[in-house]
Amino acid sequence: MTLTDVAVDVRGLRKRYGDKHAVNGLDLEVGRGEIFAILGPNGAGKTTTVEILEGFRDRDAGQVSVLGEDPATAGRAWRSRIGVVMQDARDLSEATVEELVRHFAGYYPAPRDPDEAIDAVGLRDKARTRCRRLSGGQRRRVDVALGIVGDPELLFLDEPTTGFDPQARRAFWELVTGLRHGGTTVLLTTHYLDEAEQLADRVAVVRDGQVVALGAPADLGGRAARQAVVRWTEDGSTREVRTDHPTRTVAELALRAPGAEIPGLQVLRPSLEDVYLSLIGADGTGGADGSDGSGGAAVAEEPVR
Amino acid sequence: MTAAAQRTAPPGGSRRLPGVLRLGAARAAFEVRLFFRERDAIVFIFAYPVIMLAIFSTVFGQDGGRVGPSPGIPYAQYFLPGMVATGVMLSSFQSVALMIAAERDEGALKRLRGTPLPASAYFLGKVGQVLAVSIVQTALLLALAATAFDVPMPRSASSWAVFAWVFVLGTATGTVCGVAFSSVPRSGRSASAVVTPIVLVLQFISGVFFVFNDLPTWMQQVASVFPLKWMAQGMRSVFLPAGAQSFEVSGSWQHGATAAVLGAWLVLGLVVGVRTFRWRRRDDG
Repeated sequence: MTLTDVAVDVRGLRKRYGDKHAVNGLDLEVGRGEIFAILGPNGAGKTTTVEILEGFRDRDAGQVSVLGEDPATAGRAWRSRIGVVMQDARDLSEATVEELVRHFAGYYPAPRDPDEAIDAVGLRDKARTRCRRLSGGQRRRVDVALGIVGDPELLFLDEPTTGFDPQARRAFWELVTGLRHGGTTVLLTTHYLDEAEQLADRVAVVRDGQVVALGAPADLGGRAARQAVVRWTEDGSTREVRTDHPTRTVAELALRAPGAEIPGLQVLRPSLEDVYLSLIGADGTGGADGSDGSGGAAVAEEPVR
Repeated sequence: MTAAAQRTAPPGGSRRLPGVLRLGAARAAFEVRLFFRERDAIVFIFAYPVIMLAIFSTVFGQDGGRVGPSPGIPYAQYFLPGMVATGVMLSSFQSVALMIAAERDEGALKRLRGTPLPASAYFLGKVGQVLAVSIVQTALLLALAATAFDVPMPRSASSWAVFAWVFVLGTATGTVCGVAFSSVPRSGRSASAVVTPIVLVLQFISGVFFVFNDLPTWMQQVASVFPLKWMAQGMRSVFLPAGAQSFEVSGSWQHGATAAVLGAWLVLGLVVGVRTFRWRRRDDG
Protein backbone atom coordinates (compact mmCIF):
# COMPACT_ATOMS: atom_id res chain seq x y z
CA MET A 1 0.00 0.00 0.00
CA THR A 2 1.24 3.48 -0.72
CA LEU A 3 1.25 6.15 1.96
CA THR A 4 -2.04 7.70 0.92
CA ASP A 5 -3.76 4.32 0.87
CA VAL A 6 -3.00 3.73 4.54
CA ALA A 7 -5.38 5.18 7.11
CA VAL A 8 -3.77 3.67 10.19
CA ASP A 9 -0.21 2.44 10.54
CA VAL A 10 1.00 1.03 13.84
CA ARG A 11 4.41 -0.55 14.48
CA GLY A 12 5.63 -2.04 17.74
CA LEU A 13 3.05 -0.31 19.90
CA ARG A 14 3.54 -0.77 23.65
CA LYS A 15 1.59 0.45 26.65
CA ARG A 16 2.08 -0.65 30.22
CA TYR A 17 -0.08 -0.05 33.29
CA GLY A 18 2.04 -0.77 36.34
CA ASP A 19 3.61 -4.11 35.54
CA LYS A 20 0.82 -5.22 33.21
CA HIS A 21 1.60 -4.97 29.51
CA ALA A 22 -1.77 -3.95 28.05
CA VAL A 23 -0.30 -3.58 24.57
CA ASN A 24 2.87 -5.49 23.92
CA GLY A 25 4.44 -4.90 20.53
CA LEU A 26 1.33 -4.56 18.38
CA ASP A 27 1.49 -4.00 14.61
CA LEU A 28 -1.47 -2.93 12.53
CA GLU A 29 -2.14 -1.50 9.10
CA VAL A 30 -5.58 -0.36 8.01
CA GLY A 31 -6.17 0.63 4.40
CA ARG A 32 -8.38 3.53 3.36
CA GLY A 33 -11.95 2.52 2.71
CA GLU A 34 -11.57 -0.67 4.67
CA ILE A 35 -13.71 -1.98 7.52
CA PHE A 36 -11.13 -3.38 9.87
CA ALA A 37 -12.05 -5.26 13.03
CA ILE A 38 -9.89 -5.79 16.08
CA LEU A 39 -11.23 -8.92 17.68
CA GLY A 40 -10.23 -10.24 21.05
CA PRO A 41 -11.40 -11.16 24.52
CA ASN A 42 -11.90 -8.58 27.25
CA GLY A 43 -8.56 -7.35 28.53
CA ALA A 44 -6.70 -8.18 25.31
CA GLY A 45 -5.71 -4.54 24.81
CA LYS A 46 -8.28 -3.57 22.17
CA THR A 47 -9.60 -0.45 23.85
CA THR A 48 -6.16 0.70 24.96
CA THR A 49 -4.93 0.38 21.38
CA VAL A 50 -7.89 2.26 19.94
CA GLU A 51 -7.66 5.00 22.56
CA ILE A 52 -4.01 5.53 21.67
CA LEU A 53 -5.01 5.82 18.01
CA GLU A 54 -7.76 8.30 18.95
CA GLY A 55 -5.25 10.46 20.82
CA PHE A 56 -6.84 9.82 24.22
CA ARG A 57 -3.85 8.00 25.65
CA ASP A 58 -0.08 8.21 25.56
CA ARG A 59 1.98 5.25 24.43
CA ASP A 60 5.16 3.91 25.96
CA ALA A 61 6.77 2.89 22.67
CA GLY A 62 6.11 2.33 18.99
CA GLN A 63 5.27 4.28 15.87
CA VAL A 64 1.69 5.35 15.25
CA SER A 65 0.35 7.17 12.24
CA VAL A 66 -3.36 7.89 11.87
CA LEU A 67 -4.35 9.72 8.68
CA GLY A 68 -0.70 10.64 8.33
CA GLU A 69 -0.32 12.22 11.77
CA ASP A 70 0.82 11.13 15.20
CA PRO A 71 -2.30 11.13 17.41
CA ALA A 72 -0.22 12.11 20.47
CA THR A 73 0.55 15.53 18.93
CA ALA A 74 -2.18 15.98 16.30
CA GLY A 75 -4.39 19.05 16.62
CA ARG A 76 -7.94 20.17 15.91
CA ALA A 77 -7.67 19.83 12.14
CA TRP A 78 -6.79 16.16 12.59
CA ARG A 79 -9.63 15.63 15.08
CA SER A 80 -12.05 17.04 12.56
CA ARG A 81 -11.10 14.19 10.21
CA ILE A 82 -11.79 11.36 12.65
CA GLY A 83 -14.98 10.22 14.31
CA VAL A 84 -14.98 8.54 17.70
CA VAL A 85 -17.65 6.29 19.17
CA MET A 86 -16.41 5.33 22.63
CA GLN A 87 -17.38 2.56 24.94
CA ASP A 88 -19.68 3.19 27.92
CA ALA A 89 -20.58 6.88 27.76
CA ARG A 90 -23.40 7.66 30.17
CA ASP A 91 -23.85 11.32 29.32
CA LEU A 92 -26.50 12.85 27.03
CA SER A 93 -29.65 13.21 29.02
CA GLU A 94 -31.70 16.36 28.71
CA ALA A 95 -30.85 17.28 25.12
CA THR A 96 -32.90 15.94 22.23
CA VAL A 97 -31.30 13.88 19.49
CA GLU A 98 -31.72 16.70 17.00
CA GLU A 99 -30.24 19.36 19.31
CA LEU A 100 -27.21 17.22 20.03
CA VAL A 101 -26.46 16.29 16.45
CA ARG A 102 -26.89 19.89 15.27
CA HIS A 103 -24.72 21.21 18.09
CA PHE A 104 -21.92 18.72 17.44
CA ALA A 105 -22.08 19.42 13.70
CA GLY A 106 -21.07 22.98 14.57
CA TYR A 107 -17.69 21.78 15.87
CA TYR A 108 -16.58 20.64 12.40
CA PRO A 109 -15.35 22.55 9.38
CA ALA A 110 -17.34 20.55 6.82
CA PRO A 111 -19.99 18.54 8.62
CA ARG A 112 -22.60 16.22 7.20
CA ASP A 113 -26.15 17.52 7.15
CA PRO A 114 -27.39 16.77 10.71
CA ASP A 115 -30.69 15.47 9.38
CA GLU A 116 -28.83 13.09 7.12
CA ALA A 117 -26.82 11.80 10.10
CA ILE A 118 -30.03 11.27 12.07
CA ASP A 119 -31.60 9.44 9.14
CA ALA A 120 -28.47 7.33 8.69
CA VAL A 121 -28.74 5.93 12.22
CA GLY A 122 -32.50 5.44 11.87
CA LEU A 123 -33.57 7.89 14.57
CA ARG A 124 -35.81 10.12 12.47
CA ASP A 125 -38.90 9.46 14.57
CA LYS A 126 -36.90 10.02 17.78
CA ALA A 127 -35.27 13.26 16.62
CA ARG A 128 -37.25 15.40 19.05
CA THR A 129 -36.98 12.96 21.95
CA ARG A 130 -34.70 13.72 24.87
CA CYS A 131 -31.87 11.22 25.12
CA ARG A 132 -32.89 10.35 28.67
CA ARG A 133 -35.98 8.65 27.23
CA LEU A 134 -34.15 6.54 24.66
CA SER A 135 -33.35 2.85 25.00
CA GLY A 136 -29.76 1.67 25.28
CA GLY A 137 -29.63 0.73 21.61
CA GLN A 138 -31.09 4.05 20.54
CA ARG A 139 -28.54 5.95 22.63
CA ARG A 140 -25.80 3.98 20.95
CA ARG A 141 -27.20 5.18 17.65
CA VAL A 142 -26.98 8.74 18.92
CA ASP A 143 -23.32 8.02 19.75
CA VAL A 144 -22.81 6.92 16.17
CA ALA A 145 -24.69 9.92 14.77
CA LEU A 146 -22.38 12.20 16.78
CA GLY A 147 -19.40 10.19 15.56
CA ILE A 148 -20.28 10.57 11.87
CA VAL A 149 -21.78 14.07 11.78
CA GLY A 150 -18.34 15.58 11.16
CA ASP A 151 -18.12 13.47 8.00
CA PRO A 152 -14.96 11.70 9.18
CA GLU A 153 -12.48 9.99 6.91
CA LEU A 154 -11.87 7.46 9.66
CA LEU A 155 -14.45 6.26 12.16
CA PHE A 156 -13.51 4.45 15.39
CA LEU A 157 -16.18 2.19 16.84
CA ASP A 158 -15.28 0.70 20.21
CA GLU A 159 -17.48 -2.33 20.91
CA PRO A 160 -20.42 -0.60 19.28
CA THR A 161 -23.10 -3.25 19.68
CA THR A 162 -22.51 -4.47 23.22
CA GLY A 163 -25.94 -4.84 24.81
CA PHE A 164 -27.85 -4.74 21.52
CA ASP A 165 -30.62 -7.18 20.75
CA PRO A 166 -30.07 -9.24 17.57
CA GLN A 167 -32.37 -7.07 15.48
CA ALA A 168 -30.64 -3.86 16.53
CA ARG A 169 -27.26 -5.40 15.76
CA ARG A 170 -28.33 -6.33 12.22
CA ALA A 171 -29.58 -2.80 11.65
CA PHE A 172 -26.33 -1.43 13.02
CA TRP A 173 -24.26 -3.61 10.71
CA GLU A 174 -26.19 -2.28 7.75
CA LEU A 175 -25.48 1.24 8.92
CA VAL A 176 -21.72 0.59 9.13
CA THR A 177 -21.67 -1.10 5.73
CA GLY A 178 -23.48 1.93 4.33
CA LEU A 179 -20.82 4.25 5.77
CA ARG A 180 -18.11 2.28 4.03
CA HIS A 181 -19.94 2.65 0.74
CA GLY A 182 -19.76 6.37 1.40
CA GLY A 183 -15.98 6.10 1.58
CA THR A 184 -15.46 6.09 5.35
CA THR A 185 -12.71 3.90 6.76
CA VAL A 186 -13.99 2.06 9.83
CA LEU A 187 -11.84 0.67 12.63
CA LEU A 188 -13.95 -1.36 14.98
CA THR A 189 -13.26 -3.38 18.08
CA THR A 190 -15.53 -6.19 19.08
CA HIS A 191 -15.61 -9.39 21.01
CA TYR A 192 -18.40 -10.73 18.85
CA LEU A 193 -17.22 -13.09 16.14
CA ASP A 194 -20.31 -12.82 14.02
CA GLU A 195 -19.91 -9.05 14.03
CA ALA A 196 -16.38 -9.30 12.69
CA GLU A 197 -17.45 -11.94 10.19
CA GLN A 198 -20.40 -9.90 8.91
CA LEU A 199 -18.76 -6.51 8.76
CA ALA A 200 -15.03 -6.66 8.41
CA ASP A 201 -12.92 -6.87 5.29
CA ARG A 202 -10.04 -7.86 7.51
CA VAL A 203 -9.76 -8.94 11.11
CA ALA A 204 -6.87 -8.75 13.55
CA VAL A 205 -7.20 -11.13 16.46
CA VAL A 206 -5.53 -9.62 19.51
CA ARG A 207 -4.41 -11.57 22.52
CA ASP A 208 -2.29 -10.30 25.41
CA GLY A 209 -1.62 -7.04 23.59
CA GLN A 210 -0.35 -8.60 20.38
CA VAL A 211 -1.85 -9.47 17.01
CA VAL A 212 -1.96 -13.26 16.86
CA ALA A 213 -3.76 -13.56 13.53
CA LEU A 214 -4.62 -11.25 10.66
CA GLY A 215 -6.68 -11.71 7.54
CA ALA A 216 -10.08 -11.85 5.94
CA PRO A 217 -12.57 -13.52 8.28
CA ALA A 218 -12.75 -16.56 5.99
CA ASP A 219 -8.97 -17.05 5.97
CA LEU A 220 -8.39 -16.41 9.63
CA GLY A 221 -5.89 -18.66 11.34
CA GLY A 222 -4.43 -19.93 8.07
CA ARG A 223 -4.82 -23.29 6.36
CA ALA A 224 -3.82 -25.40 9.36
CA ALA A 225 -6.55 -23.98 11.52
CA ARG A 226 -9.06 -24.70 8.76
CA GLN A 227 -8.27 -28.40 8.54
CA ALA A 228 -11.13 -30.80 8.85
CA VAL A 229 -11.35 -33.11 11.82
CA VAL A 230 -12.30 -36.75 11.26
CA ARG A 231 -13.55 -38.35 14.43
CA TRP A 232 -14.57 -41.93 15.13
CA THR A 233 -14.77 -44.49 17.91
CA GLU A 234 -12.26 -47.28 18.20
CA ASP A 235 -11.85 -49.75 21.07
CA GLY A 236 -14.33 -47.76 23.10
CA SER A 237 -12.48 -44.43 22.90
CA THR A 238 -12.80 -41.46 20.56
CA ARG A 239 -10.09 -41.06 17.95
CA GLU A 240 -9.56 -37.89 15.95
CA VAL A 241 -7.40 -36.82 13.02
CA ARG A 242 -6.86 -33.35 11.56
CA THR A 243 -6.49 -33.46 7.81
CA ASP A 244 -6.71 -31.57 4.54
CA HIS A 245 -8.09 -34.72 2.91
CA PRO A 246 -10.95 -35.99 5.06
CA THR A 247 -12.36 -38.10 2.20
CA ARG A 248 -9.12 -40.05 1.90
CA THR A 249 -9.01 -40.51 5.68
CA VAL A 250 -12.55 -41.84 5.74
CA ALA A 251 -11.83 -44.13 2.77
CA GLU A 252 -8.80 -45.57 4.52
CA LEU A 253 -10.80 -46.14 7.69
CA ALA A 254 -13.53 -47.85 5.66
CA LEU A 255 -10.97 -50.21 4.06
CA ARG A 256 -10.06 -51.63 7.47
CA ALA A 257 -13.46 -53.30 7.78
CA PRO A 258 -15.07 -53.31 4.33
CA GLY A 259 -18.81 -53.00 4.32
CA ALA A 260 -19.06 -52.18 8.03
CA GLU A 261 -20.10 -48.85 9.46
CA ILE A 262 -17.27 -46.87 11.07
CA PRO A 263 -18.44 -46.42 14.65
CA GLY A 264 -19.18 -42.83 15.67
CA LEU A 265 -17.88 -41.33 12.40
CA GLN A 266 -17.92 -37.53 12.17
CA VAL A 267 -16.26 -35.13 9.74
CA LEU A 268 -16.06 -31.64 11.24
CA ARG A 269 -15.13 -28.35 9.63
CA PRO A 270 -13.97 -25.76 12.18
CA SER A 271 -16.24 -22.76 12.45
CA LEU A 272 -14.77 -19.26 12.76
CA GLU A 273 -15.54 -19.61 16.42
CA ASP A 274 -13.36 -22.72 16.74
CA VAL A 275 -10.55 -20.94 14.95
CA TYR A 276 -10.95 -17.88 17.12
CA LEU A 277 -11.07 -19.83 20.36
CA SER A 278 -7.92 -21.67 19.44
CA LEU A 279 -6.25 -18.37 18.48
CA ILE A 280 -6.98 -16.72 21.78
CA GLY A 281 -6.10 -19.91 23.64
CA ALA A 282 -9.55 -20.32 25.13
CA ASP A 283 -9.77 -23.96 24.04
CA GLY A 284 -6.75 -24.94 26.10
CA THR A 285 -4.40 -25.62 23.18
CA GLY A 286 -2.60 -22.30 23.58
CA GLY A 287 -2.68 -21.36 19.93
CA ALA A 288 -3.32 -22.42 16.38
CA ASP A 289 0.12 -23.54 15.34
CA GLY A 290 0.08 -26.80 17.26
CA SER A 291 -2.10 -28.52 14.70
CA ASP A 292 -0.73 -31.74 13.37
CA GLY A 293 -2.06 -34.93 11.82
CA SER A 294 -1.00 -34.14 8.27
CA GLY A 295 -3.10 -35.56 5.45
CA GLY A 296 -3.40 -39.31 5.13
CA ALA A 297 -2.06 -40.47 8.47
CA ALA A 298 -5.10 -42.66 8.82
CA VAL A 299 -4.57 -44.37 12.10
CA ALA A 300 -2.40 -41.83 13.85
CA GLU A 301 -2.63 -41.94 17.60
CA GLU A 302 -4.27 -38.64 18.48
CA PRO A 303 -5.05 -37.61 22.01
CA VAL A 304 -8.72 -37.72 22.88
CA ARG A 305 -10.20 -34.26 22.80
CA MET B 1 -23.10 10.89 1.56
CA THR B 2 -19.83 11.73 -0.06
CA ALA B 3 -18.50 9.20 -2.49
CA ALA B 4 -15.17 7.56 -1.86
CA ALA B 5 -13.52 9.29 -4.79
CA GLN B 6 -14.43 12.76 -3.52
CA ARG B 7 -12.55 12.29 -0.30
CA THR B 8 -9.13 12.81 -1.80
CA ALA B 9 -9.32 16.60 -1.37
CA PRO B 10 -6.56 17.72 1.00
CA PRO B 11 -8.14 18.00 4.43
CA GLY B 12 -7.64 21.00 6.64
CA GLY B 13 -6.63 23.23 3.76
CA SER B 14 -9.80 24.65 2.32
CA ARG B 15 -11.93 23.46 5.23
CA ARG B 16 -11.62 26.15 7.91
CA LEU B 17 -12.19 25.15 11.52
CA PRO B 18 -14.85 27.18 13.36
CA GLY B 19 -13.43 29.94 15.58
CA VAL B 20 -13.04 29.62 19.36
CA LEU B 21 -15.36 32.54 20.17
CA ARG B 22 -18.11 31.25 17.92
CA LEU B 23 -17.82 27.79 19.46
CA GLY B 24 -17.72 29.27 22.96
CA ALA B 25 -20.96 31.13 22.26
CA ALA B 26 -22.54 27.99 20.82
CA ARG B 27 -21.48 26.00 23.90
CA ALA B 28 -22.87 28.68 26.23
CA ALA B 29 -26.24 28.72 24.44
CA PHE B 30 -26.36 24.91 24.48
CA GLU B 31 -25.42 24.71 28.17
CA VAL B 32 -27.92 27.37 29.23
CA ARG B 33 -30.67 25.55 27.36
CA LEU B 34 -29.79 22.26 29.07
CA PHE B 35 -29.37 23.91 32.47
CA PHE B 36 -32.95 25.14 32.46
CA ARG B 37 -34.12 21.57 31.86
CA GLU B 38 -32.54 20.28 35.07
CA ARG B 39 -35.35 21.19 37.43
CA ASP B 40 -33.62 20.17 40.66
CA ALA B 41 -30.64 22.38 39.95
CA ILE B 42 -32.83 25.36 39.05
CA VAL B 43 -34.88 25.13 42.22
CA PHE B 44 -31.77 24.86 44.36
CA ILE B 45 -29.72 27.56 42.69
CA PHE B 46 -32.56 30.07 42.38
CA ALA B 47 -34.47 29.41 45.57
CA TYR B 48 -31.61 28.93 48.03
CA PRO B 49 -30.46 32.56 48.42
CA VAL B 50 -34.05 33.79 48.39
CA ILE B 51 -35.11 31.36 51.12
CA MET B 52 -32.02 32.06 53.19
CA LEU B 53 -32.61 35.81 52.97
CA ALA B 54 -36.20 35.29 54.06
CA ILE B 55 -35.26 33.08 57.02
CA PHE B 56 -32.35 35.09 58.37
CA SER B 57 -33.92 38.49 58.03
CA THR B 58 -37.13 37.21 59.65
CA VAL B 59 -35.37 35.46 62.56
CA PHE B 60 -32.89 38.25 63.37
CA GLY B 61 -35.25 41.02 62.46
CA GLN B 62 -37.98 40.07 64.94
CA ASP B 63 -39.28 42.99 67.02
CA GLY B 64 -37.73 45.41 64.53
CA GLY B 65 -34.12 44.51 65.38
CA ARG B 66 -31.41 46.33 63.49
CA VAL B 67 -27.70 45.90 62.82
CA GLY B 68 -24.93 48.30 63.81
CA PRO B 69 -24.77 51.69 65.51
CA SER B 70 -27.97 53.74 65.77
CA PRO B 71 -30.13 54.16 63.74
CA GLY B 72 -28.94 50.78 62.45
CA ILE B 73 -29.66 48.86 59.29
CA PRO B 74 -32.64 46.52 58.91
CA TYR B 75 -31.53 42.87 58.86
CA ALA B 76 -32.96 42.20 55.40
CA GLN B 77 -30.87 45.03 54.01
CA TYR B 78 -27.78 43.89 55.90
CA PHE B 79 -28.08 40.26 54.76
CA LEU B 80 -28.98 40.96 51.11
CA PRO B 81 -25.36 41.66 49.99
CA GLY B 82 -24.18 38.40 51.60
CA MET B 83 -26.96 36.48 49.87
CA VAL B 84 -26.07 38.02 46.52
CA ALA B 85 -22.46 36.95 47.10
CA THR B 86 -23.41 33.45 48.24
CA GLY B 87 -25.74 33.09 45.23
CA VAL B 88 -22.89 33.93 42.89
CA MET B 89 -20.67 31.39 44.66
CA LEU B 90 -23.35 28.70 44.30
CA SER B 91 -23.99 29.28 40.61
CA SER B 92 -20.31 29.64 39.80
CA PHE B 93 -17.98 27.70 42.11
CA GLN B 94 -20.32 25.00 43.42
CA SER B 95 -22.32 24.42 40.27
CA VAL B 96 -19.25 24.37 37.98
CA ALA B 97 -17.27 22.03 40.25
CA LEU B 98 -20.21 19.61 40.49
CA MET B 99 -21.13 19.86 36.81
CA ILE B 100 -17.63 19.20 35.51
CA ALA B 101 -17.08 16.36 37.97
CA ALA B 102 -20.32 14.78 36.73
CA GLU B 103 -19.49 15.39 33.06
CA ARG B 104 -16.10 13.79 33.55
CA ASP B 105 -17.67 10.82 35.32
CA GLU B 106 -20.32 10.25 32.66
CA GLY B 107 -17.84 10.43 29.80
CA ALA B 108 -19.22 13.68 28.38
CA LEU B 109 -15.80 15.33 28.55
CA LYS B 110 -14.15 12.39 26.87
CA ARG B 111 -16.71 12.60 24.09
CA LEU B 112 -15.88 16.27 23.58
CA ARG B 113 -12.17 15.39 23.59
CA GLY B 114 -12.85 13.21 20.55
CA THR B 115 -14.13 16.21 18.59
CA PRO B 116 -12.29 19.28 17.27
CA LEU B 117 -13.87 21.43 20.01
CA PRO B 118 -11.00 23.33 21.68
CA ALA B 119 -10.80 23.28 25.48
CA SER B 120 -10.92 27.09 25.55
CA ALA B 121 -14.33 27.06 23.84
CA TYR B 122 -15.59 24.54 26.39
CA PHE B 123 -14.52 26.85 29.24
CA LEU B 124 -15.95 29.93 27.54
CA GLY B 125 -19.24 28.06 27.30
CA LYS B 126 -19.12 27.37 31.04
CA VAL B 127 -18.41 31.02 31.80
CA GLY B 128 -21.31 32.09 29.59
CA GLN B 129 -23.68 29.63 31.20
CA VAL B 130 -22.64 30.70 34.72
CA LEU B 131 -23.03 34.38 33.87
CA ALA B 132 -26.51 33.83 32.44
CA VAL B 133 -27.65 31.80 35.45
CA SER B 134 -26.07 34.21 37.97
CA ILE B 135 -27.75 37.21 36.36
CA VAL B 136 -31.20 35.60 36.51
CA GLN B 137 -30.60 34.42 40.06
CA THR B 138 -29.37 37.81 41.32
CA ALA B 139 -32.19 39.65 39.56
CA LEU B 140 -34.73 37.39 41.26
CA LEU B 141 -33.11 37.95 44.64
CA LEU B 142 -32.96 41.73 44.25
CA ALA B 143 -36.54 41.90 43.02
CA LEU B 144 -37.74 39.93 46.02
CA ALA B 145 -35.66 41.97 48.46
CA ALA B 146 -36.99 45.23 47.04
CA THR B 147 -40.64 44.19 46.96
CA ALA B 148 -41.14 41.81 49.89
CA PHE B 149 -38.52 43.15 52.31
CA ASP B 150 -38.49 46.83 51.32
CA VAL B 151 -34.72 46.87 50.88
CA PRO B 152 -33.82 50.15 49.15
CA MET B 153 -31.92 49.69 45.88
CA PRO B 154 -28.92 51.91 45.20
CA ARG B 155 -29.65 54.96 43.09
CA SER B 156 -26.21 56.11 41.99
CA ALA B 157 -24.53 54.91 38.86
CA SER B 158 -21.27 54.56 40.76
CA SER B 159 -22.89 52.03 43.14
CA TRP B 160 -24.10 49.96 40.20
CA ALA B 161 -20.67 50.20 38.62
CA VAL B 162 -19.17 48.70 41.79
CA PHE B 163 -21.93 46.08 41.73
CA ALA B 164 -21.03 45.22 38.13
CA TRP B 165 -17.32 44.72 38.67
CA VAL B 166 -17.71 42.80 41.94
CA PHE B 167 -20.37 40.62 40.29
CA VAL B 168 -18.37 39.90 37.14
CA LEU B 169 -15.03 39.43 38.92
CA GLY B 170 -16.68 37.25 41.58
CA THR B 171 -18.43 35.13 38.96
CA ALA B 172 -15.26 34.70 36.92
CA THR B 173 -13.23 33.79 40.01
CA GLY B 174 -15.87 31.34 41.21
CA THR B 175 -16.03 29.71 37.78
CA VAL B 176 -12.29 29.13 37.35
CA CYS B 177 -11.98 27.95 40.97
CA GLY B 178 -14.87 25.55 40.24
CA VAL B 179 -13.00 24.23 37.20
CA ALA B 180 -9.85 23.78 39.28
CA PHE B 181 -11.74 22.16 42.15
CA SER B 182 -13.63 19.75 39.89
CA SER B 183 -10.57 17.48 39.78
CA VAL B 184 -10.52 17.06 43.59
CA PRO B 185 -13.49 14.69 44.09
CA ARG B 186 -12.63 11.13 43.12
CA SER B 187 -15.94 10.66 41.33
CA GLY B 188 -19.03 12.51 40.24
CA ARG B 189 -21.03 10.92 43.02
CA SER B 190 -18.66 12.04 45.78
CA ALA B 191 -18.39 15.54 44.35
CA SER B 192 -21.22 17.13 46.32
CA ALA B 193 -19.94 15.56 49.54
CA VAL B 194 -16.61 17.29 48.93
CA VAL B 195 -17.84 20.63 47.60
CA THR B 196 -20.88 21.35 49.79
CA PRO B 197 -19.08 21.44 53.18
CA ILE B 198 -16.57 23.97 51.85
CA VAL B 199 -19.35 26.17 50.56
CA LEU B 200 -21.26 25.90 53.84
CA VAL B 201 -18.29 26.71 56.05
CA LEU B 202 -17.38 29.70 53.90
CA GLN B 203 -20.93 30.99 54.19
CA PHE B 204 -20.81 30.83 57.99
CA ILE B 205 -17.41 32.50 58.41
CA SER B 206 -17.68 35.08 55.63
CA GLY B 207 -20.49 37.26 56.98
CA VAL B 208 -23.27 35.70 54.91
CA PHE B 209 -25.37 34.21 57.71
CA PHE B 210 -23.95 36.21 60.64
CA VAL B 211 -22.97 39.83 61.03
CA PHE B 212 -19.30 39.79 60.12
CA ASN B 213 -18.32 42.05 63.06
CA ASP B 214 -19.81 39.58 65.54
CA LEU B 215 -17.45 36.79 64.49
CA PRO B 216 -14.26 36.08 66.50
CA THR B 217 -11.22 37.83 65.11
CA TRP B 218 -9.44 34.61 64.12
CA MET B 219 -12.48 33.55 62.14
CA GLN B 220 -12.58 36.89 60.36
CA GLN B 221 -8.91 36.43 59.51
CA VAL B 222 -9.47 32.93 58.10
CA ALA B 223 -12.42 34.21 56.03
CA SER B 224 -10.26 37.03 54.66
CA VAL B 225 -8.14 34.48 52.82
CA PHE B 226 -11.12 33.33 50.72
CA PRO B 227 -13.09 35.20 48.04
CA LEU B 228 -16.58 34.96 49.55
CA LYS B 229 -15.84 37.39 52.40
CA TRP B 230 -14.60 39.96 49.89
CA MET B 231 -17.51 39.47 47.53
CA ALA B 232 -19.94 39.96 50.43
CA GLN B 233 -18.06 43.05 51.57
CA GLY B 234 -18.04 44.46 48.04
CA MET B 235 -21.78 43.91 47.79
CA ARG B 236 -22.32 45.57 51.19
CA SER B 237 -20.62 48.65 49.77
CA VAL B 238 -23.32 48.66 47.09
CA PHE B 239 -26.47 47.93 49.10
CA LEU B 240 -25.74 49.50 52.53
CA PRO B 241 -25.84 53.25 53.19
CA ALA B 242 -22.52 55.06 52.96
CA GLY B 243 -22.46 55.56 56.72
CA ALA B 244 -22.30 51.79 57.27
CA GLN B 245 -18.68 51.90 56.14
CA SER B 246 -17.69 52.78 59.71
CA PHE B 247 -19.30 49.50 60.79
CA GLU B 248 -16.83 47.43 58.73
CA VAL B 249 -14.02 45.76 60.64
CA SER B 250 -11.44 47.84 58.84
CA GLY B 251 -13.60 50.96 58.85
CA SER B 252 -13.54 51.03 55.05
CA TRP B 253 -15.09 49.15 52.09
CA GLN B 254 -11.57 48.16 50.95
CA HIS B 255 -12.38 48.07 47.23
CA GLY B 256 -8.72 47.77 46.33
CA ALA B 257 -8.21 44.78 48.60
CA THR B 258 -11.41 43.20 47.29
CA ALA B 259 -10.22 43.46 43.70
CA ALA B 260 -6.77 42.19 44.70
CA VAL B 261 -8.00 39.09 46.57
CA LEU B 262 -10.59 38.17 43.95
CA GLY B 263 -8.02 38.75 41.20
CA ALA B 264 -5.45 36.60 43.01
CA TRP B 265 -7.93 33.73 43.27
CA LEU B 266 -8.84 34.19 39.63
CA VAL B 267 -5.20 33.78 38.60
CA LEU B 268 -4.62 30.92 41.03
CA GLY B 269 -7.76 29.14 39.80
CA LEU B 270 -6.70 29.59 36.18
CA VAL B 271 -3.18 28.27 36.76
CA VAL B 272 -4.31 25.29 38.84
CA GLY B 273 -7.32 24.63 36.59
CA VAL B 274 -5.26 24.54 33.41
CA ARG B 275 -2.69 22.24 35.02
CA THR B 276 -5.07 19.79 36.66
CA PHE B 277 -7.96 19.66 34.20
CA ARG B 278 -8.63 16.13 33.03
CA TRP B 279 -10.91 15.04 30.22
CA ARG B 280 -11.07 11.52 31.60
CA ARG B 281 -11.94 9.91 34.90
CA ARG B 282 -9.14 9.15 37.29
CA ASP B 283 -9.75 5.40 37.01
CA ASP B 284 -9.66 5.66 33.21
CA GLY B 285 -5.88 5.66 32.94
